[in-house]
Amino acid sequence: MSDLAARTRALLADNPVLAIVIGTLVMLAAGEAISPGFASVRQIAGQLTVAAILGIVAAGQGLVILSGREGIDLSVASVMSLAALTAGNVMGGDNALTLPALGAALAIGVGVGLFNGFGVAVMRIPPLVMTLGTAGVITGLLVVLTQGQTSGAASPLLQGFIQKPFLLGLPGILWVWLALILGIHLMLTSTRFGFNLYAVGSNDLAAELSGVRVRWTRILTYGLSGLFSGFGGFCLLGYTGTVFVGASEQYILPSVIAVVIGGTSLAGGKGSYNGTAVGAVFLTVLTAFLTTINFDAATRQVLYGLVLIGFMTAYGREAKAR
Amino acid sequence: MTGTMVAGLRRNPISLAVALLVVLIVANALLQKNFFKPGIMLSNLTTFLPLMMIAVGQAFVVKGGSIDLSLGAVVSLVNVVVVVMAERVGGTTGIFAGMAAGLAAGLVCGLVNGVLIAVFRLQAIVTTFATSIVIGGLALKVLPQAGGALPPAYYVTYGASVLGVPFVLIVLGVLVGCIAWVARTAFHSHLTAVGANRQGAYQTGLAVARIRIVSHAIAGGMAAVAALCILGVTGAGDPLMGQAFTLGSVSAVVLGGIALSGGWGHVMGAVLGGAILGFINNIIFFANIPYQFQSIVQGVIILLALAAGIFVSRKPG
Repeated sequence: MSDLAARTRALLADNPVLAIVIGTLVMLAAGEAISPGFASVRQIAGQLTVAAILGIVAAGQGLVILSGREGIDLSVASVMSLAALTAGNVMGGDNALTLPALGAALAIGVGVGLFNGFGVAVMRIPPLVMTLGTAGVITGLLVVLTQGQTSGAASPLLQGFIQKPFLLGLPGILWVWLALILGIHLMLTSTRFGFNLYAVGSNDLAAELSGVRVRWTRILTYGLSGLFSGFGGFCLLGYTGTVFVGASEQYILPSVIAVVIGGTSLAGGKGSYNGTAVGAVFLTVLTAFLTTINFDAATRQVLYGLVLIGFMTAYGREAKAR
Repeated sequence: MTGTMVAGLRRNPISLAVALLVVLIVANALLQKNFFKPGIMLSNLTTFLPLMMIAVGQAFVVKGGSIDLSLGAVVSLVNVVVVVMAERVGGTTGIFAGMAAGLAAGLVCGLVNGVLIAVFRLQAIVTTFATSIVIGGLALKVLPQAGGALPPAYYVTYGASVLGVPFVLIVLGVLVGCIAWVARTAFHSHLTAVGANRQGAYQTGLAVARIRIVSHAIAGGMAAVAALCILGVTGAGDPLMGQAFTLGSVSAVVLGGIALSGGWGHVMGAVLGGAILGFINNIIFFANIPYQFQSIVQGVIILLALAAGIFVSRKPG
């Protein structure tokens, strides 16, 4: 029996994604049993759409965490809000201005991301502090810009991209996400930047000595995280239709959790985006599942946290000191 | 001369916090009328004290190479536990029962965090985030909506004086005294060793897991004490009131010259860091900055102060 437990644990440690895939399927089955229709194609497509936004933001978070040195980006939510606010005001509900708005959102994301990267890689400010500081400044900027009012509007085109079926019954955002998953996988496994990122993340001194431009790699990585947050904010705008400043707050720590339960080590240098994407789906289905079972909000919150701790205990543990 | 000054700043991680604090106090005194009047200083201290407490707890955890992102949730939970318990039992006994239950709740939260991180070896950032979700949920279960109140005796005592010395000042004195005492104990050196080099500390024969668990329990306990201080002012239950304290405590620790990578800095720095954040808020309030710009000015000042703090207090080497 204990042999079985040990083998299960070893299997999960080698394939962290397996546990959350099983967990997701179990929740879908249980949800369908409790409330028929939970696992219908339409419901699943809807949940995947929600997961896609988290997955896009978590993509940047995952790269930053891979880059090591306690890499983390806590400015993702504020970047999302700023990008969404700018994009919403640029397009103002006009289809023709959707692309310029996308450009503006991405530019803002990259700008903030590069600033973070400069602070972390050049000024050597710990990422937690740097990104928290940037988040504080942007949150202040948002107060000035919005005066607490919602403003800007998504164009019908953008809303359709997020909410309406595009190909094979799935909305455009899911196809973009699929392309992103493939693209990031290829980037990590077969480009020089990918190799460099793993090298920097596992041991930046060794990477430096073997000729990797450690600083540039890190700065670019934070820039990419900003880019993905900007795009995530753009998509969130399409999902909600208008900009609520607080709407993106709920993405900060889930983006980190999606990365961690997807098997990426917070120590850096080890992990993949495929795992993170599954992690994002898992978190979304977990939220939906807990909403389906008939508990009050506080109990749901407690259960959500307990499930996360349970999954982290199953794997994702640090090496033992010896 | 300047060279030695910078070297001195670098050798003593707390000195930048002191320098920053002096600058802020001068600026604050220029802006806030009657700043040096005892009543005003006391009310400032009363406002700053809770964050200082939580930051001290965070400092112990950070020194040991960990971090606790659940402290804000712990403050919320303790707040509602104290109020609900005091109402159930009633009277003066109720106050003491509530305080005891609140402290116990805080310690248990810290212990659970410590065990998950030190024994189950989970990563501190995500673990304490997950426990903060659970703890926040528990707070909402204990008291779903803000409400309930402690008997006036509680906050009257907190705002009163003992033998002419304001109660708040005594609390600060006890806090500083305790830090000074702990800093001389073997536990403190062991904690520093664990934070600086966990592997090395383990090989030296230190009970690494136990030391880390104790540091987390201290943090939970300090968050509970902070909640008691907040209740001394508000006297009311609120299941969401602690949220802002989590990140504030991390900022205060960094401003106090304590390295987030562990094993470097003095816990007393967290007291100063908490005061620095308090004075920044004060200055922004009294500088007549239009309301909507206050939060961005605050963000920029904190970012600059953090950058300066890191620049000076960076681990040597």
